[in-house]
Amino acid sequence: MSITRRDFIKTQAALAAATAAGTTLAGTSVQASSHIDDDIRWDKGACRFCGTGCGVLVGTKDGRVVATQGDPDAPVNKGLNCIKGYFLSKIMYGKDRLTMPLLRKKNGEFHKEGQFEEVSWDEAFDVMATKWKEALKKKGPTSVGMFGSGQWTVWEGYTASKFMKAGLRSNNIDPNARHCMASAVGAFMRAFGIDEPMGCYDDLEHADAFVLWGANMAEMHPILWSRLTDTRLTKPGCEVHVLSTFEHRSFELADNGMIFTPQTDLAILNYIANYIIENKAYNEDFIGKHVNFTKTVTDIGYGLRPEHPLEKAKTGTGGKLTKISFEDYAASVAEYTLDKAHELSGVPKDKLERLAKLYADPNKKISSYWTMGFNQHTRGVWVNGLLYNVHLLMGKISEPGNSPFSLTGQPSACGTAREVGTFAHRLPADLVVMKEAHRDYAEKIWNLPKGTIPPKPGFHAVLQHRKLKDGVLNAYWVQCTNNMQAAPNMNEEGLPGYRNPENFIAVSDPYPTVTAMAADLILPTAMWMEKEGAYGNAERRTQFWRQQVDAPGEAQSDMWQVMEFAKRFKIEEVWPEELLAQKPEHRGKTVYEVLYENGQVNKFPVETITDNAGNVYNNSESKHFGYYVQKGMFEEYRMFNSIPGVPKKGHEMAPFETYHNARGLRWPVIDGKETLWRFREGYDPHVEAGSEVQFYGKPDKKANIIFAPYEPAAESPDNEYDLWLSTGRVLEHWHSGSMTRRVPELYRAYPDAKVYMHPEDAKARGFKRGQEVMVQSRRGEVKTRVETRGRNKPPMGLVYMPWFDAGQLVNKLTLDATDPLSKETDFKKCAVRVVRA
Amino acid sequence: MSAKSYPGSDAVKANGWFTAHKWLIARRVSQFTILGLFLTGPLFGLWIVKGNLTSSLTLDILPLSDPFVLLQSLLAGHIAADTALIGAAIVLAFYALVGGRVYCSFVCPMNFVTDAARWLSKRLGLSKGWQPSRDTRLWILGAVMLSALGTGVLAWELLNPVTILHRALVYGAGYGATVALAIFLFDLVVSRRGWCGYLCPMGAFYGLLGRASVVRISAVRRDDCNDCMDCFAVCPEPHVITPALRGADTGTGPIVISGDCTNCGRCIDVCAKNVFQFDMRFHNDLPNASVSDESASASTNRHAAE
Amino acid sequence: MGEQSSSHSSAQSRRRFLGNIARAAGGAGALALVVGLFARQAQTLPAQALRPPGAGPEADFLAACIRCGLCVRDCPYPTLSLADMSSDVPVGTPFFVARKVPCEMCDDIPCVKACPTAALDPNLTNIDDADMGLAVLVDEETCLNFQGLRCDVCYRVCPVIDIAITLEISHNTRTKKHAVFIPTVHSDKCTGCGKCERACVLETAAIRVFPRHLAKGRIGEHYRLGWEEKAKHGGESLAPGLVDLPDRLPDQLPDALKGWKP
Repeated sequence: MSITRRDFIKTQAALAAATAAGTTLAGTSVQASSHIDDDIRWDKGACRFCGTGCGVLVGTKDGRVVATQGDPDAPVNKGLNCIKGYFLSKIMYGKDRLTMPLLRKKNGEFHKEGQFEEVSWDEAFDVMATKWKEALKKKGPTSVGMFGSGQWTVWEGYTASKFMKAGLRSNNIDPNARHCMASAVGAFMRAFGIDEPMGCYDDLEHADAFVLWGANMAEMHPILWSRLTDTRLTKPGCEVHVLSTFEHRSFELADNGMIFTPQTDLAILNYIANYIIENKAYNEDFIGKHVNFTKTVTDIGYGLRPEHPLEKAKTGTGGKLTKISFEDYAASVAEYTLDKAHELSGVPKDKLERLAKLYADPNKKISSYWTMGFNQHTRGVWVNGLLYNVHLLMGKISEPGNSPFSLTGQPSACGTAREVGTFAHRLPADLVVMKEAHRDYAEKIWNLPKGTIPPKPGFHAVLQHRKLKDGVLNAYWVQCTNNMQAAPNMNEEGLPGYRNPENFIAVSDPYPTVTAMAADLILPTAMWMEKEGAYGNAERRTQFWRQQVDAPGEAQSDMWQVMEFAKRFKIEEVWPEELLAQKPEHRGKTVYEVLYENGQVNKFPVETITDNAGNVYNNSESKHFGYYVQKGMFEEYRMFNSIPGVPKKGHEMAPFETYHNARGLRWPVIDGKETLWRFREGYDPHVEAGSEVQFYGKPDKKANIIFAPYEPAAESPDNEYDLWLSTGRVLEHWHSGSMTRRVPELYRAYPDAKVYMHPEDAKARGFKRGQEVMVQSRRGEVKTRVETRGRNKPPMGLVYMPWFDAGQLVNKLTLDATDPLSKETDFKKCAVRVVRA
Repeated sequence: MSAKSYPGSDAVKANGWFTAHKWLIARRVSQFTILGLFLTGPLFGLWIVKGNLTSSLTLDILPLSDPFVLLQSLLAGHIAADTALIGAAIVLAFYALVGGRVYCSFVCPMNFVTDAARWLSKRLGLSKGWQPSRDTRLWILGAVMLSALGTGVLAWELLNPVTILHRALVYGAGYGATVALAIFLFDLVVSRRGWCGYLCPMGAFYGLLGRASVVRISAVRRDDCNDCMDCFAVCPEPHVITPALRGADTGTGPIVISGDCTNCGRCIDVCAKNVFQFDMRFHNDLPNASVSDESASASTNRHAAE
Repeated sequence: MGEQSSSHSSAQSRRRFLGNIARAAGGAGALALVVGLFARQAQTLPAQALRPPGAGPEADFLAACIRCGLCVRDCPYPTLSLADMSSDVPVGTPFFVARKVPCEMCDDIPCVKACPTAALDPNLTNIDDADMGLAVLVDEETCLNFQGLRCDVCYRVCPVIDIAITLEISHNTRTKKHAVFIPTVHSDKCTGCGKCERACVLETAAIRVFPRHLAKGRIGEHYRLGWEEKAKHGGESLAPGLVDLPDRLPDQLPDALKGWKP
């Protein structure tokens, strides 16, 4: 074997050192809790990890979170947690927690190539503001940018979005949800004109059958999987169909498991539509009343740099929809026969047919779930849409059990990234910067001069890295995400931009992540229970929590950081004269004053925050700024969906206090009631009586069935790079592992990433299981070990590698090809080879 | 007496320091080299010899096994695989050639310990202490084999200080120092040369093997002996010298024929008169015969056959 | 006189000789007994110490293993170590403790190949056939999955996942809408590699690997499981040819009895 014992010991030693640097002592919390149970203060909260939104109770003692429990009364999880949730109390207490701003310095001054030194917040912001002002002066608002997160609390996202779009007048703000949910968003908007799922988690109990499209719920949504499994177990006739490009844990429950060739999900979905039409199984009444048929522009490229041959070769651009007839649609899908679908996908015909029959059965209620297999796809918006086509053809939508449901990976991908408008093209509550009416409305609510918000969408996530590399984007701030590790093509696009001497990069994080270490300035950040927060989960449920403990050292919340930074800008420095002339009262003020001391955000005085048991909670931001900041932000955001003249209805939220008194509410919250199923009469108050169903996001209240064909992936295996690479997560670690790898037990449960490979593929290359190998793509290489057993069983020709491991940066390999519509990267398909290390 | 401050000082004067220590140096070099070969792998990743003295693999090709341990295993009821048997055969053949107890003097890691104890004991002028019969170790050897037969396991290997020490040195397993200290104290306080001289069943085993071995010490120039007694002073098994050195009168040949001799060569070093040298066991003719008798070769053959 | 005295002295010396022999033999016998007794006591392996793959029953292994450590040297992971006098494991023999470093189940089983004496059985060529021990979920009261949580780390780390360990699902009667996933070890497939025990996230592992004789029960020879015997018999009853008379029932079964089978 080529792994020598010595090598192994060396890596073990390095790892031990690395983890020792960033771990809590195993057992301290339990030892402590055994005799302190009596005086622990318990308060409600939401889990810090995925989009499931499990309710937890957080136990605090002596200013420290000492324990957590699943909230036994939380409707999502009923007291249960996955193994990450079990360790929530340890995530804030890693040994290498950052407590002071760190600036790269040489000889006492900032230097791009200097070493990190502790500095005061004042010095940190002074240097940072200088750099930002330089960029603004030289190149204008498009030279500054911000990258945010679906882990931001609702008001943090709102504060940042307002600061960038209205304050600095730059739309260059994008969340990491771009890597995660953008395709789902695009498809929601195209099909229904309003974002986020129509159904809710209760579909898990109501459905007769489940279909998983590129989702490994067994690992990535463990508690929802538990509910799905229970339904499969207890409901007679219930079946589970699972589709993926490799066999994973969810196949264990599959009645019909299907491994398909990457990208051919497009063909399979069109085949199902074709099957439904050929067998006249479609719901004629429903499609007659509630559906428009359209087709989309094709051959639209792969979102690569414009000079890339693939971009030069494309014939279409954008996502314009053309109305077609049902017959046109039927003719379009007609070529997707069983034979063709089988040929392209490699799935046995009987399995494909069984799946098609399931969808076509009018008596089966079907819930379809997907995550990154659909979204991280160069045709992500299309493939999302193709699934809506199938549900719409059958009318299996917007009612209990019939639900096409996009699951989310982040705790507030919905609540923050999507709802308060942190995307480069969006404004709060589904408004977009491209539409004048939307901009006008936002400017009106914010009491800003007309024309403040620029009409052109800003740089999206992948474009931000390209523009940093090209020196177009020069001042950049990353909050609450580890994008150097998460973004594609790190070697060619990510790192060069961060280290470009023209640029100044600031990263706010509780821990020294890969991203933080690549930056010029690191800002220590309060996390999770160290601030008052709110998350919105995948079923539109908004959940609040109070600040349970104070942040360590000088760490401050992301919201505090943005607001304090806004104080460094005079409005004259960022607004042209014509805007100031419209609102002369803003003259001489700081951006902070214009945006946040506007009579709305600072409307609510500081109050003593208590729970129903009378316990008193701190609120660091309110104490600092002198008003109830979170409430002010939320209530101003709420104006976007509650005051008369709202351009887009359907996002109604309950008043701020209500959420502190509830476990979580599913919007739209109207007349004190939650909405479980949208667009369906009786369930959704926006649907007019007698109309059964109204997709009111669209002017004609009809949803779009959108034909899109099969088109190949951006990069496929060839002689030189002969394997598909799919990347993803494991249950034990969440995203880049910056929190879970600091929990010793989780680290032990899955210490290092490895490459899962078919045993025959390994044999053909002469690899033994456990052997060290190099995975190489055209863009980089990563050293790892071969795994031919275990949880994931890839077919021949495909390898799978998780990306949580900061020691094995798998995004050195991935290609920065995106869906040209959603701009979301395809992390599931690129070509690699595996060779001896 | 004042001139003769330590055994071998005459040899140093007569032959120079190096010549008067050459076999001692050779033994230390051998002991360190062998230990070193086992340690280059774990310490530097350079794998020359893997395993330990009970069984090893050199350069991934040459297997060597300790027949003493393997015999216990056989008596315990296990017939080892070919690798171990071949390894043991090679070891047997080797020691049958060079002298069984060459293991003790050139290889065994405990030799450091017992030599040190002996040196200190003399230095401090301690009494020899308990000096049991030389046969004791043979009985212990019998007991060791009996215990393997009786228990069906390698019972002695649970206690064997020699293998425990070597494993501790090579594998870094604990308690090597404790075992070495125990033997050191035993040799120092209870019984000078006690462990190697009277008790160690491995020494006994290799001594039996050495009864037929080819390479021997020969007191070939015993006529030159000036009775300085230095060789007796340094010899770990002094009883083996007498017949060879003093045997001219009784018609005994000059070869040290006892299997107890460890072939350490220290007698060669310390003899100012160069009485001793390494030789073959069949060169055991009386000196006068070997010089004058024409049937020297026949005589040699006769002796060799004994 | 001279002869007499010589015969007297020879008789004396013979007696002394015989006495010496007897004393030495007695001493040797006593030593053998002491060593043997010590060996008896020292060969009980502690439950957490596992032998490398291919090791036979402990008594056989202790006869065959000459403590050379070649298996330790060829183990590519820091799994195996040789026992020293401080551990309860017979000194010098190779072992591993699953909670510390489990066996990685190498395809080529280098430790077995390294063994010069066949103490590790060279006939073991498929690591899936190894029997180092047996994983047992020892504590249902602390196992998170038994409480309905989704841990199942032990299941996912198993190199023989879905065969040696499965998740048996049942309805969570407390929450009424979740399933409970019970990690279930299948003793005929578990190799005892110990990955599950190592990975268990609890402060003290709820799943542990024990030597098989400690981990398994044994059913009495005097009782057989009827359904299993029938299955072994090709689904045929072991008492063939028996008849069952029809039951008298109304022509029209009441609704409550629809689907009922006597």
